[in-house]
Amino acid sequence: MRNERTTSRREFLTTSLVGAVGFNAVQNLSSLESARSIEQPAKSRVSIAYDSLLRGPLPDAHGTAAIRHDSKTLDSDRVSNLLDQAMQGLFDSADRGRIWEKLVRPGQLIGVKVNTLGGRGLSSNVQLVEEICARLQEAGIRPQDIVIWDRDSTELERAGFRIRTGGSQVQCFGTDRVGFEADLVTFGSVGSQLSRILTQRCDVLINVPVLKDHDGAGVSIALKNMYGAIHNPNKYHPNGCDPYVADVNMLQELRAKLRLHICDATTACFDGGPAFKPEFTWRPNALIVSEDPVALDQIGWQMIERKRAEQGLKTLAAEDRAPRYIETAADAEHRLGNNDQRRIVVSEKHVA
Amino acid sequence: MQLNGGLQTVNRPALDRTNPENPIETGAAAISSSTLSRRSFLMCAASAGIAGDILHAARRSAASPELDTPRAQDDALFTAEARFYQKLPNKRIKCKLCPRECTVGDRERGYCGVRENRSGVYYTLVHSRVCAAHVDPVEKKPLFHYLPGSLAFSLATAGCNVNCKFCQNWDISQARPEQVPAEYIPPKRVAELAAQWHCPSIAYTYSEPVVFSEFLMDAADAGHEAGIRSIVVSNGYIQDDALRAAYGKMDAVKIDLKAFSDSYYQKVVTGQLKPVLDTLVALRKMGKWTEIVYLVVPTLNDGDGEIGGLARWVKQNLGTDVPLHFTQFHPDYLLKNLPITPVPTLERAREIARAEGLHFVYIGNVPGHPAENTYCPRCQRVLVERVGFEIRQMLILKGACPYCKETIPGMWHA
Ligand code: SF4
Repeated sequence: MRNERTTSRREFLTTSLVGAVGFNAVQNLSSLESARSIEQPAKSRVSIAYDSLLRGPLPDAHGTAAIRHDSKTLDSDRVSNLLDQAMQGLFDSADRGRIWEKLVRPGQLIGVKVNTLGGRGLSSNVQLVEEICARLQEAGIRPQDIVIWDRDSTELERAGFRIRTGGSQVQCFGTDRVGFEADLVTFGSVGSQLSRILTQRCDVLINVPVLKDHDGAGVSIALKNMYGAIHNPNKYHPNGCDPYVADVNMLQELRAKLRLHICDATTACFDGGPAFKPEFTWRPNALIVSEDPVALDQIGWQMIERKRAEQGLKTLAAEDRAPRYIETAADAEHRLGNNDQRRIVVSEKHVA
Repeated sequence: MQLNGGLQTVNRPALDRTNPENPIETGAAAISSSTLSRRSFLMCAASAGIAGDILHAARRSAASPELDTPRAQDDALFTAEARFYQKLPNKRIKCKLCPRECTVGDRERGYCGVRENRSGVYYTLVHSRVCAAHVDPVEKKPLFHYLPGSLAFSLATAGCNVNCKFCQNWDISQARPEQVPAEYIPPKRVAELAAQWHCPSIAYTYSEPVVFSEFLMDAADAGHEAGIRSIVVSNGYIQDDALRAAYGKMDAVKIDLKAFSDSYYQKVVTGQLKPVLDTLVALRKMGKWTEIVYLVVPTLNDGDGEIGGLARWVKQNLGTDVPLHFTQFHPDYLLKNLPITPVPTLERAREIARAEGLHFVYIGNVPGHPAENTYCPRCQRVLVERVGFEIRQMLILKGACPYCKETIPGMWHA
């Protein structure tokens, strides 16, 4: 017979108090300047960096420079700079080395969880992920200790990633290659098996979601991207994914390992998501970075709403698909972060 | 696939009796009494737990994916357009197979996890994708009034359209098809294997056959062409059109009625009661031989009022001759905090149902209990004596009690 571990909510709360990197710990980590941490202990930071030249020069009066403006390929140097700007905005520090060294330590195994459901058109950008891996290596992480992953290797390939296993290079493969843990883990309404990449190949998890509308959940950004770490995401789509998204993010191993969220908003989707439909995408040419996935989702949601309004579309609430799970994630039972915009400090930077 | 042996080779008393619809334990018996090729062993074993260990060992060593041998499952082999769905704008679809009516966006799957929208066309991913296959006594389904003492070639694919917190087969029912080892066994091969194993029936069971309806329909057709019947073990959570099309091909049906309250269905099953009751009525009208199982879960669905309500509903809507099995709960999956159902609770439920006038009320998962037997409702004599899944005596003659000639409903002889 099976040997699953079933954790009651009480048990979980007890153990998580002892073992998990909870929200307070995340708050502390977010504040490189300890004085600021003392001044604003309950606030979450979200940093957004934009670069309108991310795909090359803007068109001139004759439109002749527009060649690369609509390109899917990004200018690598500008992606690199955009990542640094976003991170510096989050951590109030110009020292990029110090920022990353605070997040990871040599010898740790780092997972970079991407989102590849949307194929080439609407997945975590490969160049961005390469830049993240480069920063991790600068911070002393061996390339072979970094794994770029999602649920399925074929989807990773479709999104432009190259599957790499073994050797001394950055690894890249899907959970389909190693499977799920046999034991169930539970929180609230959720009982799932976790990806063995998460449990066995990651000490620290960096989440690289995409800014997307979602036909059922409302939006799919940082919190929802964790559905890619469990074996039964299809069971957790009813009721706009509420409270399931919040409960999945409470699973102890996820909560303990998630360190940073770098949302790819270079291309984003304002309707018809989560699959790629070109007519519903736009190009904010931005990165949204936070240690608080709830705050990031709240801000990302508002960006999608603004775009929807611009397009003459109804609000998600009017379509009865407001992402209620964001509020649930912030409630007293979850405390995964802040959804109250008065308690979210947003720093915006326009690189160009 | 090579499965040697037949009726005489199945070590029936050795089958697990505490867990009637769990292929995990029974696989051991099936394997130990048969000669299997390695492939078929893995198939059976995948669902059987023993081989579960072998597979787990392989996966453990596969923490490095370069050591992993990806399981060869050719998606194209198992993919067929779904039969019950409706196309919506923007490449979305609405599934019309079960009452959940999932609206599914492009590249997404429905709740059951085995149906996928690909550019606005909905596909089943589990046609002929068999993840568990065993030769079981028909009593294990349980069907007590249908070809007693016969064997059923029993199979499952991954997936389920509900999520019962007590599921004993959650490894396959709550998994996506690519997460469990499976073999390609097309409908004709299913019929051949059933014949080879001297099974007069094919049983669709273990997970939830609603979600592999297309495969079930094609396998039933292939079976009927070969003179083999089909039986389904289901939660009955299916839309009416699909029910008529799919279960219309069945020769007998067992429905798990999980409770007689909608709140239990919502909280424990993640479904609804009414569609299941509608299914039972429809099956009755269709003239399908149907038996009902009610898993009695301590404190959750074992109240006298609920059992009485259930029995009255069965009497009024289906009649007094429908066999009703009260079976014993064993803690599993997400419901491990409750005890095994006490036998007196099962006996009390049986008494309530009998007092309401139901003629054939059984107790299940309690091997050797006298309520495993079939009694003549008129003269009260034992007509079929059972111990677990084993038939000790079968006295019904031409569908009637040999003592008082009372007609005993069911399909007693092939
Ligand atoms: S069969 Fe599956 S996809 Fe269809 S409605 Fe039911 S759960 Fe949803």
